[in-house]
Amino acid sequence: MTDKVHLDRPRLLHLLEAMVRIRLFEAKCVELYQAQKILGFLHLYDGEEAVSVGVIEALGPADAVVATYREHGQALARGIGMDVLMAEMLGKVEGCCRGRGGSMHIFDAKTRFYGGNAIVGGGLPLAIGVALGDKLMRRDAVTACFFGDGAAGEGEFHESLNLAALWQLPVLFVCENNLYSMGMALERAEAETDIARKAGCYTMPSEAVDGMDVVAVEAATRRALEHIRAGNGPAFLECRTYRFRAHSMFDAQSYRTREEVAAWRDKGPIVRLTRWMSETGLLHEGEYAAIEKRTKAEIEAAVAFAEAGTLEDPADLLTFVTMESVPQEAAGR
Amino acid sequence: MSDTAPMTYREACRQALIEAMEADPRVFMMGEDIGAYGGCYAVTKGLLEMFGPERIRDTPLAESGFTGAGIGAAMVGMRPIVEIMTCNFSLLALDQILNNAATIPHMSGGQFAVPLVIRMATGAGRRVAAQHSHSLEGWYAHIPGIKVVAPAVIADARHMLKSALADPNPVLIFEHVMLYNDTEPFDPSVTAVDIETAAVRREGTAVSIVTYGGSLKKCLAAADTLGEDGISAEVVDLRVLRPLDEATILGSVRKTRRCVIVDEGWRSGSISAEIGMRISEKAFFDLDAPLRRVCAAEVPIPYAPAMEDAALPQVATVVQTVREMLGRG
Repeated sequence: MTDKVHLDRPRLLHLLEAMVRIRLFEAKCVELYQAQKILGFLHLYDGEEAVSVGVIEALGPADAVVATYREHGQALARGIGMDVLMAEMLGKVEGCCRGRGGSMHIFDAKTRFYGGNAIVGGGLPLAIGVALGDKLMRRDAVTACFFGDGAAGEGEFHESLNLAALWQLPVLFVCENNLYSMGMALERAEAETDIARKAGCYTMPSEAVDGMDVVAVEAATRRALEHIRAGNGPAFLECRTYRFRAHSMFDAQSYRTREEVAAWRDKGPIVRLTRWMSETGLLHEGEYAAIEKRTKAEIEAAVAFAEAGTLEDPADLLTFVTMESVPQEAAGR
Repeated sequence: MSDTAPMTYREACRQALIEAMEADPRVFMMGEDIGAYGGCYAVTKGLLEMFGPERIRDTPLAESGFTGAGIGAAMVGMRPIVEIMTCNFSLLALDQILNNAATIPHMSGGQFAVPLVIRMATGAGRRVAAQHSHSLEGWYAHIPGIKVVAPAVIADARHMLKSALADPNPVLIFEHVMLYNDTEPFDPSVTAVDIETAAVRREGTAVSIVTYGGSLKKCLAAADTLGEDGISAEVVDLRVLRPLDEATILGSVRKTRRCVIVDEGWRSGSISAEIGMRISEKAFFDLDAPLRRVCAAEVPIPYAPAMEDAALPQVATVVQTVREMLGRG
């Protein structure tokens, strides 16, 4: 492993496309929500794409991911098929969780994706256990655990950072600090607003990084992974980012100004990368349009797959409440 | 009965843990003071020396953290045993137990199982007042996705763990604090028990006393007293609070036509209420008398001995209740 990000043109185009896939996938989700095909809560990742892409691009297939209820970006970056993801959003049996979980609870055993967790902070202890289990089984794997700034207020945040450091577990903590936990501004919620500094108290390397810069996120991730893979225990990344849209589909956004949102939009991760690549001659004419075209085709195929899917028979309502056996794939055996 | 030797409930729990650790390298333990201290009820005494700190993991006071760690480790192939000192403290881990352990198998469409065992002490009687004495197993029995067991006899204390570890679901084991020092003959020819069925611990014809855990010996004593009066009481030990073994409960009630449920949990919204309702739904016309309950008083369990005793089901209250049901109060 290396902490160097290879900034050649194909690599940058790949990172750009990964972010555009998330952005456009979610734009389609908004349409489907308005058409009442997606129901319930829908927490959009609009503005934060560089975090999941930058971190997950640096992971390997043996590594594990624990995410939050705002996890479409992590799911797509991790390689969960857009088709089964869209089918899940539509509540279809063909969805990755048979339509049981929906937007907030994406799981995928094949890619070691341990949720989707709609309890703020609830994924952190679970990530500790995934890393502990991997360590006890002598697997060479890192668990990347995503959570927001709001989680820093939860006891589980502190319990988990302590356990990971105490037991020298291979966990990469990734705080997606978008400055608001729902409508609660960070400076109104935390006495110490420097989250990376909090984590540093738990004797692990901790770094704050510009979460709107996918290259910076990937580079910081590789530095952290090098530390973790050398057997030195956990590391912490605070990715400073911003959510362009409402907390879920609708809120009055009375907790922030239009100007603030507009200023952040102007330094959004996709705008910023395309602008820089264009200025430096790394993005050729028509390439962005080609990415969009490819992505839209993928999305249309995913929607078609999901729309053609079936609804689970309510007769199966109780299936998997208790398990008959342990699925072998999930247990990694 | 031959070849039996006396064994304490504590030792039965301990031997079960040792057997599990020796049988399967995926098994490990986490909990507060289980290692260097030897366990707050001395159940894990000596295990650190036997199995080392990687498998007998002392944890900081972080119930949610280490319970969640057990869930994650179970999801990736380990067989963790988490010990929580008392069920009052388990409330600090309730988010993990309910929102993750009980939920993820269904919510993930069956992709993941959580083969986790959580042991905890429950119940009153040790004069430790309201934050160490409650019986919350009935609450846990409310939750789909987990199994809840309450070993009341030595054989169950010795063997329920093995069945719990073999189960692909989270299993919560509630060990009543007043049982740890109990000594009973242990029959080594019994090497396994199920975690599915209730057990009739004493046969009778006039009334069914349905109970579990720490209340079982009180109910057996009450049945002895009633027997001296010529009242034949059957005592059913639930053993498993979720899923309930309806067949055994209903079978007993249909035979005796009367039932009193004895539960150290609070009455309102309790496991005793659930059992009573199921009997009402399925055996109403078999009953010769209204159902009765003997539960803990609806108070935080107090410290002063006379007050604590007054708050709990006692032999005399069970006896009196049965007599009233039979018109002999």
